[in-house]
Parts: sequence; structure tokens; C-alpha cells
Amino acid sequence: MPLGDLLPELVLLLGAVVIVLFAAFAPQRRQAGAVWLALLALVVAMGLGARQWGLPPRLTFAGVWALDDVAIAAKLLILASGALVVALSPDWMRSDRRHGEYYALCLFSLLGMIMMASAHDAMELVVGVLLSSAASYPLAAYHRGFPPALEAAMKYFLIGALANALLVIGVVILFGLVGDTDYARASDVFQTGVDPLALSVAVACIVMGLTYKLGAVPAHAWMPDVAQGAPAPIAALLTVAPKIGAAVALARFVSLLPDSQAWPVIVALISVATMTLGNLAALRQTDLRRLLGWSSVSQSGYALMAIVVVGSGVAALPALLAFLVAYAVANLLAFAVVTHLRGRTELAHYHGLARRQPLVTAALIVALLSLVGIPPLVGFFGKFLLFEVTIAAGYAWLAVVAAFNTLVSLYYYLRVIAVLMFKAPQGEVQVLGRWSEMVLLGTFLLLILVSLGFEFLQAVLAPIALAG
Amino acid sequence: MILTLAWLLPLLGAVSLMIAPQWGETQARGFGMLVAALSLAMLVWAWIGFDPAGPLFQHVLDVPWVPSIGVGYRVGVDGIALVVATMSALLFLAAIAYPVDTQGQPRQYYAWLLFLMATSLALFVVLDLLLFYVFFDLSLVGMYFLIGRWGHGQPQLSALTFFLYTFAGSLALLLAIIGLYLSLESPSFDMRQIIAQQPLAGDGLYAGLVFLGLMLGLAIKTPLVPLHTWLPQAHVDAPGPASAILAGVLLKMGTYGMIRLPLAMLPATFARYAPVVAILALVAILYGALVALGQRNLKRRIAYTSINHMGYTVLGIAVAASVSDNLAAKQLALTGATVEMVAHGLITGALFLICGSFWQRTGEYDLAYYGGLAHQAPLLTGLTVLVAFASFGMPGLAGFVAEFQIFAGTFAVYPWLAVFGVLGILITAGLFLDFLRQLFFGRLPAHLGRFAELSRVEAMVLGVLGLAVVIIGVYPRFLLEVIDGASTLLIGGR
Repeated sequence: MPLGDLLPELVLLLGAVVIVLFAAFAPQRRQAGAVWLALLALVVAMGLGARQWGLPPRLTFAGVWALDDVAIAAKLLILASGALVVALSPDWMRSDRRHGEYYALCLFSLLGMIMMASAHDAMELVVGVLLSSAASYPLAAYHRGFPPALEAAMKYFLIGALANALLVIGVVILFGLVGDTDYARASDVFQTGVDPLALSVAVACIVMGLTYKLGAVPAHAWMPDVAQGAPAPIAALLTVAPKIGAAVALARFVSLLPDSQAWPVIVALISVATMTLGNLAALRQTDLRRLLGWSSVSQSGYALMAIVVVGSGVAALPALLAFLVAYAVANLLAFAVVTHLRGRTELAHYHGLARRQPLVTAALIVALLSLVGIPPLVGFFGKFLLFEVTIAAGYAWLAVVAAFNTLVSLYYYLRVIAVLMFKAPQGEVQVLGRWSEMVLLGTFLLLILVSLGFEFLQAVLAPIALAG
Repeated sequence: MILTLAWLLPLLGAVSLMIAPQWGETQARGFGMLVAALSLAMLVWAWIGFDPAGPLFQHVLDVPWVPSIGVGYRVGVDGIALVVATMSALLFLAAIAYPVDTQGQPRQYYAWLLFLMATSLALFVVLDLLLFYVFFDLSLVGMYFLIGRWGHGQPQLSALTFFLYTFAGSLALLLAIIGLYLSLESPSFDMRQIIAQQPLAGDGLYAGLVFLGLMLGLAIKTPLVPLHTWLPQAHVDAPGPASAILAGVLLKMGTYGMIRLPLAMLPATFARYAPVVAILALVAILYGALVALGQRNLKRRIAYTSINHMGYTVLGIAVAASVSDNLAAKQLALTGATVEMVAHGLITGALFLICGSFWQRTGEYDLAYYGGLAHQAPLLTGLTVLVAFASFGMPGLAGFVAEFQIFAGTFAVYPWLAVFGVLGILITAGLFLDFLRQLFFGRLPAHLGRFAELSRVEAMVLGVLGLAVVIIGVYPRFLLEVIDGASTLLIGGR
């Protein structure tokens, strides 16, 4: 029964609706209870999603919804990231008297991202992008009395409005060319030949629309602001989860295109521009959260490397997913530290943290080193697979550029590490609470486990392929 | 199993120091020494069980780890790896035993040293290319924290430069390793398999690029002129024992890597570019010696002699890789290069520890600040003279055994390079004699009236290193026997 194919998504939707109702009627002191509903919905959705794993790839709902292991892996990763973020939130939101809807918005936003990863139809993609965007804007601005949050949300919204408009225009042109929004149908029509110029315009618009969710050039500018201004758990969510959905959506879309579109070159250029700009901009940051924001721009650039070679017959999708897992764990850990430290943001406030909070500092250092790709942390394996598939597909130059960028990135990550380790401590360090500390340590443990057990991850991801 | 224990013990030691409760200076150091000594004992045991006439790699252990991409936990040693690893373990024991100001964080200091020991020893004993890279990188992390936290001068800047510069090299190495890996028919990181299959033999541009990547990464680590610029500053600002490790062990990773990777895996390509490498090595020999001669800073001078000495090693390796069919000469050069690694590790390690002693006493590296210490500190003088003489290749000491073999081999293959290279020894002799004169002879300046003689621990550590230098100089057979087996197989295998 097709409805059964959507069980994880339905559970998420149901959870969100229940939370909205709960938040509307529950008294203020009970609002925090919504976190349990959200976690319950996420865990059940993950369990149902895991049950779909390993079946042969197929399309469902008249071909608009892909049910393949790529989509399911992305779904599970998005849900897991969401669960971590939700678990980080109660301590952070404690001072906000009315925040039940916060969790509902989180779930809606996650639902949109999952739709992006699973969409096998251009309209479906648009719905996913819009749903995740619309739910994310208020999340970014949740602290409405805090000017940086408002500025970040405004930037996020304006860039989003432009990018989403472009996406819709691209889909409309695609529809005009193909006569349908279905990917399978589009692929057939491309074989028979369509007006290459019009198709190029459509592709340009759609790719540009997706770079917004991916945090890639040219629609990346919101990333550092959101990382700095949004509530810290939301910064964690928005720097990680949309990227996963958008990367899979982009991989799915470009694999339809005919060779005449030269899309690998375009994606490669976006990749190079993104990683280089992200790293160069991060170099001079004096604000840790902003620095992490720019670093996640550059990480999008690395992720795009796998999409460049997705049609070259190499194991690009396993590499992409493995990299996204590595990135998600490390970035979530870094933001978990920031959250636990009450969102302290100036690099100067991190001086000598190692003396005051050795374990928390260790977690942050390990997260940063994993983002650089220092072995044997999982970030190394993620990057290694990216380098391997790009070199194997004949894009050695791209791997060289990425290696240079890694070197540049080491500089600013080390700057943070030096501040943590070598400077004299200043003042007392305020932390959030027991709960956030547990989540932080849990994420730390997860990173170590994923690093040591990378073999399992690799074995699980190795056979994944796109449906259709 | 012995080899695994040899590197795993220090790692466990590092972890237990990190989580140990309020251990003081003495306890932390005693524990560190115990662990390092156990690890050294493991390697000595492996040495005793090593059969020089046996197969190339011995004590092999092969456990699949990430089979889907051909990574495995593979360890094993040939004669070259074994002697370099054993020398490293000895030097680590010396560095841990050497008293130093740990600035109130003894546990962390000794934990980082043990961590560095684990990664360094692991690098020498692994037979998996990916693990080799893993430990190559991790050694940077350990050294970064040692310099940045316990250094002096501008330690953070030096640590940052060190990490960035050498990380650039390891990225080049990584790309080349991936290139090498992809060239195999069934991709694997098993070094033995790559050595046996020689996947890039006679492959033009591709092999050249892989070779370039490997050599770039390893030459930065060695360091070979003109890629040496990170070295002097890192040395000057590092604490004495960390400098000893940096020169004695970390630099060896570069030359050991040259033997293990390009020489064994890409011999045809290496042979084509061997003259270029040999000329660069000659430049390093002469340039290192001349710049060292011009230094007024005690530690900087020794740092530059390292560049000179590593030049000899690279020269030996380049000769061993050359197209010449004089197998005996090539083997001699390779054996010489390996002995040079051991000798340089012990000698320069000792010299940097001595620098550390000077710094602990006066906080000054300027040579002009010193003078006439021979009466004040006869033991320090005697030991410094011994290692300084060994460093410029005095017969009867370890340096001579190494340099003699390298130049004998070079003379048969590249006679002109040998002629110019010997000039390097001459300059080194001059600079060390000048160094000894400035430190120990002449009039004692008034401000050095309270300069303390070596403490018992210092004297003992330096004594052990000096003894090893003498033993290798007088009775090198025990060392050469083990190395010769490996160098014959590596040269004759073609």
C-alpha cells in the first residue's frame, strides 16, 4: 500500500501537528514537555525509516517519491541530526516562556528536508524546499528580542526568497520543455533531444535554487549569519540538515541531465568557488560561530566534489553520504559545545578553556580536527573517499584544489585550538546544564564510535544507488 | 604481536596519564619512563627474534580492518624499519627521562610525549599505506601541542608554522598514495602487495606525478633544501626533549618513507629522477653546513646541521635508487643511509638535549654568551665533545660508519657528487670545533660563575646515548647485519 511507504514522514507530520495543538493548550510551565513528543516522533520515524532499508530501489506514489537507499540514508541522517538538535534544545529554551511551537517547527523543517532527498519530481522538490525554508525562517529568528538573530533571519529569508523564486522559475521552464515535472519522464524526453539553451536556463535556475539549501556559492551568504545569530541548536540544525537533503536532491537531478549540458564542469566550478570562498572568509574570523558558519560553507564545497563525479561510474554516492555523515557528526558536536557553553561566540571568550573545561575542550578540538580530516577521525575517511572518487573519475585537479583548501582550513581551525589550549584562562565559564552536557558527551562518543567503526558505515553505504 | 605492543603500550600509557588523578612531576615521569622502557624492550625482543637471512618483512601481523577499501591493520618490519624504530624508542626513553620544566602540567606533558612515541613507532612498523599516512599525520598533532604548550620564544607561531608546512607535505603524500592505490588492479593499501606488483612500472606521466607527490611530502618532512624553512624556528622554540624527538625521530619519517615508498614501490621512476634527488641532497649537505657555520644561536646551528646530515641520508637513498648496475655500491649506500638515520637520531638527539640543559640553566641560546665552561662543567664538556665529534664523522664513532658507507657508495655511482659532498664533512668539522671552542674554552665570563654541572639524570641519559654512539662506531656489525638483509633485498629485487 503506497501510504505505508510514507510512514516515517507521516509520523513526523503527525508529531508536528500534535505538538502544535499541545503548545496551543498547554500552560506555560508545561511547554517544555513538547520536547518529549518531538523526540518520540523522531525516534519512531527513524525506526520506521530503518525498516525501509535494504529493499530494492523503487519509485512510489506514481513515481514522484523515490524509495531507494540513498534517500533512506539521507532520511535517517537528517532525522538523527534533528533528534540531536531537539535533545540539545530544552536547556537552551528554558528561559523562553512559550516555546512549544519551536519543536513543531523543527519537525516541519526536517520533513521538508526529507522531501528534498526523496523527491523524484520537480514539483515535489519545490514543495520540500519551500516547506523546509518556511519552517526554518521563524526558527532562525526565534529570539525575537535579539537583533543579530533578526538580522540573520532577515538575510536568510531574503536570500531564500530569491533562491526559491529561481528554483520555481527553473521548474516551470523544465515543465514547459518536458510537459511533465516527473524526473523519469524528463529523462526520457532529454534522450530525444530538447532545446539545449532553454534547458541550460532551467538547469541554472534549479541548481542555483539548490545551492541556497546547500549553503554553496552563490547563495551561501546566510550561513555565517545564521550560525552566529540563530539560537545555537538551530544554528547546528541549519548548518547540517538542509545540506544533506539538498546534496541528495542535486545528485538526483544532475544524473538526469544529458551530457550536452556539461553539468560536471559547472558543479565542479561551484565546488571550487564554494570551498575556496568559505575557507578564505573563515581565515580572519574572530567569532567562533561565524567561523564555523564559513567552515560549513567550505564543507559544502567538498560535498559537491562527489556530485561532480556522480555520473562517472565511480562510487560517488557512498562517498557523498559517508562524507555527510562525517561532517554532520563533527559539526553537530562543535555546535553542541557552543550550546553547552551558553552560545559564547567571541573567540576571545574561549581563551584557556582547556584549563577550566578539559572534557568540553577535548570534544571541540576533536570536532575541529575531524572537520580538517585528521586521521583516524571520521572526517578523514569522508574526505579520503571524496579524493578517491574524484581522482578515479579523472578529476585529479579538483582533488588537488581540495587538498590546498584543506591546508588553508587547517590554519583557522588551529587558531581556535591554539586559543583553547595555549592562552591564559579568563574568568569563570558558565555552562548550560546537565542535559546539554549529556547530549554533548553522547555526540562526542558517537564521533569516536563512527571513527573507529567506519568499516561498518562504509559496508552499509557501499551498495546504495538511486532509483529510477 | 610484539610490534603491536611496542606502539600500543605508549598509547595506553598516554591515555592513563591523561585520566590519572593528581599525579605529580616524579610520578608522571617515572610512569612515562616505565612505559617507554617496556616499549623499547618489545623492540629489542623483536630484534633478537629477527632473522637477517629471512624474508624481507618479519613479525608480520595482518588483520582486516576496512576490507571494502583494502585497508588492514598490517604490521611487520624489515631490518631498516627495525633499527630505526628501536633507535626511536631509545631516544623517546631518553627524552622522557630528561628533566625539563613542565610548567605545572607534568601529566599532560608526558602524555603527549607518550602519544608521540606511539604514533612514531607505529609509523615505522606498519605495512599498510593508509595507516602509514594516519600516523604520519598524528605525529604532527602530538608535536604541535608539545611545541605550542611547552615551547619558549614564540611557541604558538612556531607550532602553527610547523603544523601547516608539514601538513601541506602530507596532503601531497595523501594524493600520491591515492594515486598509487588506484593504480592497483584490486585496490589495496597493503605495502607488500604494492611492492610485489609494482603497479606503475614504466608508466610515464602518471607515475611521475605520483612520485612527485610522494617525494614532495617526504622531502618536506626530511627536510630537503629548499623545503626546509619550517625547521629552524620549530627547533629553536621547542623544549629540548621535543627538539630531540623532532630531529631524531620525526625527520626520519621522511627518509624512512623514501626508502619504504618511492624506492620500493616506484623504483623505475625513482631511477629516472635519482640524479635530481642526488643533486638536491648535495645542495642540502653544503647549504646546511654553510648556514650552520654562520649561526650565532646554539640551537639554530644544530638545527642546520640536521639539514646537512639528512642530506647525506637522502644522497645515500638516491644512489641506491640510481640506474647504475653496481649493485654492491648501491647496497652500500642504502645501508649507509640507514646507519646515518640511526646515528643522526642518537647524536643530534643528544645535542638537542644538551641545548635543553643550557636553556634550563641560563635561558640563553646565544653562543657569545658562553665560554670557558670546561672547568665549570667537565662532564657536560666531555659528553658534548663526544657527540660533537661523532656528529662530524670522527672515525670510531657512529657518524663515521654511516658517512663512510654513503660516500663509498656514492663514489662508485656519482663520483663528482661524492667529491663535493665530502666538503660538507669538512665544514661540519669546522663548525663543531668552533662550537666547542665558544662554549667550553677561553675565559669563563663572570655571569656563568654559578653555571651548574649536569645532574645525575642528565649525565646518565647523555651517557647512554653516547655509549650507543661509541658502540655503533666500534662494533657496527650487529647493526649492519640486520640492515644488510633488507638493503640487499631492496636493491637486488630489481
